[in-house]
Amino acid sequence: MTPRYLLWRLAQVVPAVAGILVIAFVAVHTAPGDPVLALAGEHGDAAYYAFIRAKFGLDRPLPEQLLVYIGRVVSGDLGLSFVHGRPVAAVVAERLPATLLLIGTALALSTTIGVALGVLAARRAGRPSDLALRTGALLAHAMPSFWLAQMAAIALALGTGWFPVQGFTDARRAFAGWRYMLDVAHHLVLPALVLAAAELALTTRLTRTGVLEALATDYARTARAKGLPERSVVRHALRNALLPIVTVIGSRAGLVVTGAVLVETVFAWPGLGQLLLSSVQTRDVPVLLGLFMLASLSVITANLLTDLAYAWLDPRIRYE
Amino acid sequence: MRGSIRAFGTSDMMWRTPGGAVGLFLTLALIALALLSNTLAPADPFASIAQPLSPPSRAHAFGTDDLGRDVLTAIIHGARTSLLVAASVTALAALIGIGVGALAGYRVGIVDDVLMRVTDFVLVIPRFFLAVVVIALFGAGIDRLILVLGLTSWPAIARVVRAQTLSLVSREFVDAARALGATDTRVLLRYVLPGALPPALVVISINAAGVILLEAGLSFIGLGDPSRMSWGYLANNAQRFLRVAWWVAVFPGAAIALSVLGLNLLGDALNDLLDPRAPRPT
Repeated sequence: MTPRYLLWRLAQVVPAVAGILVIAFVAVHTAPGDPVLALAGEHGDAAYYAFIRAKFGLDRPLPEQLLVYIGRVVSGDLGLSFVHGRPVAAVVAERLPATLLLIGTALALSTTIGVALGVLAARRAGRPSDLALRTGALLAHAMPSFWLAQMAAIALALGTGWFPVQGFTDARRAFAGWRYMLDVAHHLVLPALVLAAAELALTTRLTRTGVLEALATDYARTARAKGLPERSVVRHALRNALLPIVTVIGSRAGLVVTGAVLVETVFAWPGLGQLLLSSVQTRDVPVLLGLFMLASLSVITANLLTDLAYAWLDPRIRYE
Repeated sequence: MRGSIRAFGTSDMMWRTPGGAVGLFLTLALIALALLSNTLAPADPFASIAQPLSPPSRAHAFGTDDLGRDVLTAIIHGARTSLLVAASVTALAALIGIGVGALAGYRVGIVDDVLMRVTDFVLVIPRFFLAVVVIALFGAGIDRLILVLGLTSWPAIARVVRAQTLSLVSREFVDAARALGATDTRVLLRYVLPGALPPALVVISINAAGVILLEAGLSFIGLGDPSRMSWGYLANNAQRFLRVAWWVAVFPGAAIALSVLGLNLLGDALNDLLDPRAPRPT
């Protein structure tokens, strides 16, 4: 990866972030009614409206308002939540760790298991186990995450009692230390597995295709011809097959965050999903705008990291 | 050759792969349910007609919900909402995507650069969260939902059409058409687009599947159009009764999964048909 490529790719982040902020600004200003109502809610008093008006410069000309707004948001000031009465950034930040834990666990599961299953399917291409894996992957890819979550809750939580139905920890007992972590992990199992399912399906399919393609190349034939065991040939093939998977994980960041939000609402996981749901019910626009910007930022960051990882893994990529 | 126009004349070939046959069947079933919903289930899907939360029976094949509404009737009417949103969003996205892609592929240089930068940007927008903001600001309604999803769902289509256009404009038959005096518009519409469209259909059908999931997710968190029955709304309502009434949760989600599966399989089958190099089912 050349420094030139790195700089060029980093510079692309600026217009993307600016574009997202312009969209948020335009949405607030084209909505019916005074934008101050959108940003401060319908039940504020005159002094609060005046405060918000001054804070976001709502009494100035539109282009100036846009600049004030961008300046505010870039410095981390997303306004106040109508419902919580606190800064949006603080409300969002306190829900973030639970969601990150969920997404991180799910991605770790889907990547490791998906690559393993994909290799298995490729080595048994055309046999019943391959067909079963591919059918399973297609089904998992088609199921809405919230439905899979409900089915898991019915079968594995309510039905068997193996896993807790809802929450982050057991409300009846207060654990500390490693018992606490075990309790959280127990609550994490179902939401993480459900969120992993759709990504797992995709990783399995991609790995299978990639390994099959790599096994048909000349270098794989050479490796076989010089007498390498099939195991080692697959390992060589896998290195090249994994490149597209890196790209796909990055391009699916938005879908993963969306899936996490929906799965959280089913399992009452105390992350951004719960916050989104309660903010939707109270029409808490500043929080919803904050979540939109956070989701956008995570997609932009994921794309950036993907491109950089790809350039690092594949030295042929450079700024032309 | 990828992007052969012959693909349109060989739809019977899709039946030869099990995936293609199932995909076509499921998609046609969704369309039939949506178009015939008033004939198949003449009752008002919101009407309370039986004992609340009664399990599946001969009279109510999928049971009833907490307000005594027939779940089967609700699902049949929900198909109409899903298909309406998916078809409208897809039509809007295809219109923009094909236009942008064809123009970018045909006008190499600054027009292409600008259009592709815009495409890359729109690809970054998280559609679900934008739709949440728009509905929270403008109120629930199917029109704004279609608009916001349609305006953000076209980049994948534009990219495919652009790539196809780029490879087609340098072909000899296009040169021949130009030499005979065809205008740019005629070259694009008559010679380039017919070749660029079949691969775009793959992306379009997979896109439609994604839109069904998005609409269901939005209705699931309570942002659907309250005047229309939808599968996501049913799943949201089922959330409170998981312990006592499994049927309220199972059937609406299954309907979503089958529709999405159908469109995905259809896309895969089209892709296999157009790209013989892709790994085929054995």
